[in-house]
Amino acid sequence: MDIATKTSVEISVKSLNLWFGKFQALKNINIGIQKNQVTALIGPSGCGKSTFIKTLDRMNDLVDNVKITGEVVYQGRNILDSDTDVVELRKQIGMVFQKPNPFPKSIFDNVAYGPRVHGVRKKQNLNEVVERSLKAAALWEEVKDRLNESALRLSGGQQQRLCIARLLAVEPDVLLMDEPASALDPIATSKIEDLIYELKNDYTIIIVTHNMQQAGRVATNTAFFYLGELVEYAPTIDLFERPQDKRTEDYVTGKFG
Amino acid sequence: MISIKPNRAGRSLRRSATQDIKGRTIELLLLLCGISSVCAIFLIIIFIFAEGLPFLIQAGPNFLISSVWQPTDNFADGLWGIFPIIIGSLLVTVGAVAIGTPLGVACAIFLAEIAPAPVRRILVPSVNALAGVPSVVYGFFGLLVVVPWIRGQFGGFGTSVLASWLILFIMILPTIISISTDSIRAVPKEFKEGSLAIGATHWQTIRSVLVPAASSGIIASVILGMGRAIGETMAVLMVAGNSITIPNSIFAPTSTLTAQIALEMGYATGAHREALFAMGIVLFAFIMILTGLANLASRRRIAY
Repeated sequence: MDIATKTSVEISVKSLNLWFGKFQALKNINIGIQKNQVTALIGPSGCGKSTFIKTLDRMNDLVDNVKITGEVVYQGRNILDSDTDVVELRKQIGMVFQKPNPFPKSIFDNVAYGPRVHGVRKKQNLNEVVERSLKAAALWEEVKDRLNESALRLSGGQQQRLCIARLLAVEPDVLLMDEPASALDPIATSKIEDLIYELKNDYTIIIVTHNMQQAGRVATNTAFFYLGELVEYAPTIDLFERPQDKRTEDYVTGKFG
Repeated sequence: MISIKPNRAGRSLRRSATQDIKGRTIELLLLLCGISSVCAIFLIIIFIFAEGLPFLIQAGPNFLISSVWQPTDNFADGLWGIFPIIIGSLLVTVGAVAIGTPLGVACAIFLAEIAPAPVRRILVPSVNALAGVPSVVYGFFGLLVVVPWIRGQFGGFGTSVLASWLILFIMILPTIISISTDSIRAVPKEFKEGSLAIGATHWQTIRSVLVPAASSGIIASVILGMGRAIGETMAVLMVAGNSITIPNSIFAPTSTLTAQIALEMGYATGAHREALFAMGIVLFAFIMILTGLANLASRRRIAY
């Protein structure tokens, strides 16, 4: 695959296998994620795409009975090594979840949460970070007058952008998004997509999606997962218009899903 | 293939009269059960107030604020001040809660977030067993172990405020631990993931997200523990020394409302007996206030 050979690879995955107990959820995955691009992961439910991105920031550590082999090389080291500082890793590779999960705190405190746990104490600095992050997440204009209101009173789409702002406040390099718009209505979804398109200038983004149109709209490259395998990985246009594998073709043409 | 369809042959879709009667009878029985438990609590309230309220009115506020307790059969000859007993009750309760809360909440955090499954499988039943031990056994333990230890270490009788604290805090631990553990575990896992996914440590996540999100449950657990402490009779009666004075140190003996009622009820007659019921009203008021606070705390829960 020609993508992996390009120079600006941010995350390089080699021979990744993952088991939950006896069930093998990921089978020999090899993929290079390009820096400052949006990479979409598509595939039917249960194909391993969510499991895959959770491996990239070690969120699978929270699950019992997981066994992982292979390499995920980021910044010159295999982050699967047991001596990896996962807290530092997750500052650099942050994640947005399927269901918006703002904390039951004020809007301000949600965004300031990351900087605070990482040692920012000065009110003025926090104000700056919160404003910058909310602006970057295209939420500032909607909430600037009610930063002290509970985040739970925002709409679903606003909550999801708040979660993105909360993540941006930590200044990560890579954003992992696990179906970030699947719980949202079409208008909120298009706002999130616009945002993703904006953010790719500054971040490497990996987005899991069920929605192929969405992949087509936002992603430079797309990877198709099926039954734990990475079937095909190519520039998005090529994958949709000239799929090399029969299974990819069947999926993108809607024969199964 | 087995089919139940033939059984339905010839049945009409109209409800039968017997079905109607059966359903209504069961509903009625359940209603009676519900009413009877509500009746029980109201009967108790009416009874206590009927016996104690006339005395409370007769004695007036002096009952609560004067310090000498010399009960007699008729009102005019006695001195009716329960202030030291109220102070004793509050002191014993507050101290036990002050010791039990940090320990219980810490234990709940450990059980909910840190303990590996095998450890939890041993600890949770142990905590529950703690709740099942009869209070007289706690009292016995206090009398044989705690009281002699205090006597040896600090002098005096040993039966004291401190002894009550040390026994009572163990007795309220199961309440605090089990309700706090449940409320921490009830925090949606998305909050925890959200915090970890932006590089917070496990401890930061516990401190800044999980415990605040569970705070209403934790507060409710402490208030219920407080209710348990103020209502406890037997264990306190065995280790507190039951002296009706305001204790001048934690090594001095004290008395509580419950212990005093239990001690004196056996031989009290006339005005003395009424006075004990009046004490019951005071105790009842304390417990109602605590229960009300617990309800407020758990209602304050943020909707998520």
